[in-house]
Amino acid sequence: MISNISLQEKTVLYLNGVSKTFDGFKAINNLNLIIKPGELRAIIGPNGAGKTTMMDIITGKTRPDTGDVYFNNEVDLTRYTEAEIANMGIGRKFQKPTVIETLTVFENLELALAGDRKVRDSLFFSLSGQGLARIDEVFEVVGLGEKRNAMAGSLAHGQKQRLEIGMLLAQKPQLLLIDEPAAGMTDEETANLSALLKSIAGEHSVVVVEHDMEFVRSLDSTVTVLHEGSVLAEGPLSKVQENERVIEVYLGR
Amino acid sequence: MTYQGPFLSALLGERSSRWFLAVLAVVAVAVPLMNLVFPQDSALHVSTYTVTLVGKYLCYAMLALAVDLIWGYCGILSLGHGAFFALGGYAMGMYLMRQIGDRGVYGDPVLPDFMVFLNWQELPWFWQGFDQFWFAALMILLVPGTLAFIFGWLAFRSRVTGVYFSIITQALTYALMLAFFRNEMGFGGNNGLTDFKDILGFDLQTDSTRCALFVISAVLLAAAFVLCKWLTASKFGRVLVAVRDAESRTRFMGYRVEHYKLFVFVVSALIAGVAGALYVPQVGIINPGEFSPINSIEIIIWVAIGGRGTLYGAVIGAVLVNYGKTYFTAAFPDLWLFFLGGLFVVTTLYLPKGVKGLVADSGLLRKLMASRRSEAGG
Repeated sequence: MISNISLQEKTVLYLNGVSKTFDGFKAINNLNLIIKPGELRAIIGPNGAGKTTMMDIITGKTRPDTGDVYFNNEVDLTRYTEAEIANMGIGRKFQKPTVIETLTVFENLELALAGDRKVRDSLFFSLSGQGLARIDEVFEVVGLGEKRNAMAGSLAHGQKQRLEIGMLLAQKPQLLLIDEPAAGMTDEETANLSALLKSIAGEHSVVVVEHDMEFVRSLDSTVTVLHEGSVLAEGPLSKVQENERVIEVYLGR
Repeated sequence: MTYQGPFLSALLGERSSRWFLAVLAVVAVAVPLMNLVFPQDSALHVSTYTVTLVGKYLCYAMLALAVDLIWGYCGILSLGHGAFFALGGYAMGMYLMRQIGDRGVYGDPVLPDFMVFLNWQELPWFWQGFDQFWFAALMILLVPGTLAFIFGWLAFRSRVTGVYFSIITQALTYALMLAFFRNEMGFGGNNGLTDFKDILGFDLQTDSTRCALFVISAVLLAAAFVLCKWLTASKFGRVLVAVRDAESRTRFMGYRVEHYKLFVFVVSALIAGVAGALYVPQVGIINPGEFSPINSIEIIIWVAIGGRGTLYGAVIGAVLVNYGKTYFTAAFPDLWLFFLGGLFVVTTLYLPKGVKGLVADSGLLRKLMASRRSEAGG
């Protein structure tokens, strides 16, 4: 599939020269990004750096004007819809925790559970023992076991975040895209979340977009700094923070 | 609501469903019996007028059920559902017209009166086959279903949602109304289809036929209720709720939202079509007024007043509001629309869950009682 670019190693996500313009505004400008299997990656950048647009492009919500977006070295993501991409194994968490508030925690996970998504299957669906075991596994990772039969709408903010991550896990994705998870959380919730994300990485690749520097530091991962739609710097947080261009962008104005 | 085990026993295990089906069964048996068994001067006699009136309510209840299925569960606010009802009604009306045969005013064995009046020489192609009941029955499902499929496919694929969807459904029913008003369309124009004589050989004017239509309406309302319950209790129903509450999330979970919406929209249109087909022989007329946008908005008011997202609430709303309409339009004809509007405002402001919310939320009921008691005391 990828003939014009040579790739020796396996990548989960490969963005090459991606650009997207909205009404003359370059939201994404020649962006390159590679995520390896099992990697945990933090993406930071000021407002308007193109973080959300990048997520939209990866998940099929927005089509790029130019550039390649490949999943697992061979799937061209620009040719599929959101639902198809989700079923390939890319899960996305929104900035605002989005769970189905009028269903129970258990039903939320059941809906997210990997499996057939066709209308016909949904009519005659009954939860298998395997599915139930998978849901219990997810409960072990994200907690919330005691809230099993509670309405998702009744959960606290941090619990909703955890439930939504649990829903992503139930989908059995290879890659999780997580948009500003620490927003609006207490310090304790943030610490829990950081530990949770670190425990998920390895088995899954995880990309976290975040503003909160403390949170990014606690993730202890490679950091990519976006600015005006392209990569400004990449590396460990301590290195990135010494980068002059990064200091200029973050502090210079 | 997740049902464990066999669906039907679970359904009957649910208190509200059991009550609903029991009340419907009692009505379906008692009303025709009281009409046919007791003599006219008996206190227990139910007049044929009442049988037909309640039969009409049952058809409206079925229509409300169809709207609650898409609006209450999937958040699709269709302001044009009267169109599917009317199309089902017209399909039945065409069969009833063909049944008149040469008993019309002009005595033409094939052509309905209005065609003779328009000087038409032969039956238009789209009236062919409607002399057969099975064909008409097929069309009662096929016409509203196909329209809903094409319309829904275009709208949901393009992700037309919310108020934009509501507006184009209004436009749909309005356009159909204007088209059916035209004499050249071949559906009787302004006057619609009327002067029906019999159905399947049974005289429509007799009490027994009226009662039979009543029982059939009740049975099909129960069937539609069970169908909707089954749909909404399955995982399919939970996907609908997910689409209603967080459409984007559902899409990112990997569900093809447009397929789910399309399926439930078509099912809803089929139920509406059947309701319309049952309505026409009982009321005795179908005309383009049924396509009027106001009719479709009224359905929404029934469901809102009864309480959306419970199915039985929609039925209660349809019966209550239409009973109110029957009473008010006779007693205070000028006030009905004000009353209906006021009712809608009060429901929206104070009873967001509708009448069934008032019943289900006993806390609120207790609060009201308490405040009344304290008022009486002070």
